[in-house]
Amino acid sequence: MTLLLDRDELHETLEKMARAIAGAAPRDVPVAVVGIRRRGETLARRLLPRLERAGLKAAHYGVLDITLYRDDLTTIGPNAVLRGTEIDFDVTGTWVVLVDDVLYTGRSVRAALDALMDLGRPRAIRLAVLVDRGLRELPIQPDFVGLRTDTEPHHIVQVKLTEVDGRDEVELYDRRG
Amino acid sequence: MTAAGEGPVWTRKHLLTINALSREEILFLLDTAEGFKEVSTRSVKKVPALRGRVVVLMFFEDSTRTRMSFELAAQRLSADAIDFAEKVSSTKKGETLLDTARNIEAMGVDIMVLRHPAAGAAEHLARAVNCCVVNAGDGQHAHPTQALLDLFTIRERKGRIEGLNVAIVGDIQHSRVARSDMRGLQKLGAKVTLVGPPTLVSRDFEAMGARVTHDFDSILPEMDVISMLRIQKERMTASGFPSVREYVHFYGMNRERLRRCRPDVLIMHPGPVNRGIELAADVADGPNSSILRQVTNGLAVRMAVLFLCQQAAAAAGAEHAA
Repeated sequence: MTLLLDRDELHETLEKMARAIAGAAPRDVPVAVVGIRRRGETLARRLLPRLERAGLKAAHYGVLDITLYRDDLTTIGPNAVLRGTEIDFDVTGTWVVLVDDVLYTGRSVRAALDALMDLGRPRAIRLAVLVDRGLRELPIQPDFVGLRTDTEPHHIVQVKLTEVDGRDEVELYDRRG
Repeated sequence: MTAAGEGPVWTRKHLLTINALSREEILFLLDTAEGFKEVSTRSVKKVPALRGRVVVLMFFEDSTRTRMSFELAAQRLSADAIDFAEKVSSTKKGETLLDTARNIEAMGVDIMVLRHPAAGAAEHLARAVNCCVVNAGDGQHAHPTQALLDLFTIRERKGRIEGLNVAIVGDIQHSRVARSDMRGLQKLGAKVTLVGPPTLVSRDFEAMGARVTHDFDSILPEMDVISMLRIQKERMTASGFPSVREYVHFYGMNRERLRRCRPDVLIMHPGPVNRGIELAADVADGPNSSILRQVTNGLAVRMAVLFLCQQAAAAAGAEHAA
């Protein structure tokens, strides 16, 4: 196992991302921070106070469950627990920051974009990810990145967050052992 | 995300009875349905989960609400839903159920939703075809999706099911809803009381763990939930049935009886309601009633059923291919 980010580095990375997002956000359009279940949700919630300190008050916060939009539904089987999307505001006209933990093939983001579009017509959607590990299979690129790192398909990148996993860090494993 | 490192909770491609389900499976299905509720509140009331799949509705008995509910559930999952019109079909020309089903399956169907007057019809069908089969009511035997939506509604309104006192009132003897509800409630830890005239509620149900009483008034104060079954007026003429007036007098839910219940009692009805017979109009429309909520929840529950059965079938297929 390789430690990509320890606790302090992870916190610092989030601060940096929040400052970048706050700097890029339009001032005349309501901003919505939307996390992809499950760790994107936690990261999005953590970004909120940091964004505020950086001078950006997000108008909305929401959570996207992309289970029903995945393109691998036929192969993953009924393991996924559907938790439901929780977006109780109208996304139409908002500037959406879509938050996820790891960007890999781009398929989750594709699903999330479709799910968002079914809810309305955002003014713009920007993508913020904590880790971009490369190896994209779709033409999708992030707008805000915490850490960029080159990986191989046999690697596993795991973002651990206190709320879900009991600790804060980003780890890289080799599936081959 | 799998449950605590074990395999998937739901591995069934058919939903035939509540009886066959474990407590964990029922809860998993209710949780999944919870996630589907939100879809019906969107501007685009559709998700692509069953895109390209075909659901055929085979209703050999009249039913408007259940058929519509399944049809809408299929459409909200982006499946194609087609209706099999029994009245003009070749079963009228003597074709058997299985021959009809095999012919329909040969057209590339993924899920069959069956409503049939014969008990056991869905199981019979499930053994004969490769696609998923969902029982939408078979004779006096079972109506699992009704039971699931009732459980879902009780949990939503009461916050729990375990430990609740639930009465089911009416023609228990001939009711598949009563049988499925009773089994589902018992599996989740509720105490079930069956209420009705002696000719419509046999003491035999006590062997299945339910309390049986013919005195509705005596149990009113202790009930958390009271589910009123529809009285089928066409049965009223048969022997063993009281007159409508007698039935209303002893077993009808009205304002006066409601007054003797707990203030937060939940009054349920699977519909359609005979207003003024098993349920007085002002109670049906009152704050204790969950009748319309049951219909709304039925949609989310049926989406979950179609989704999970199809998922299980797909997973089994993928394993087979690998």
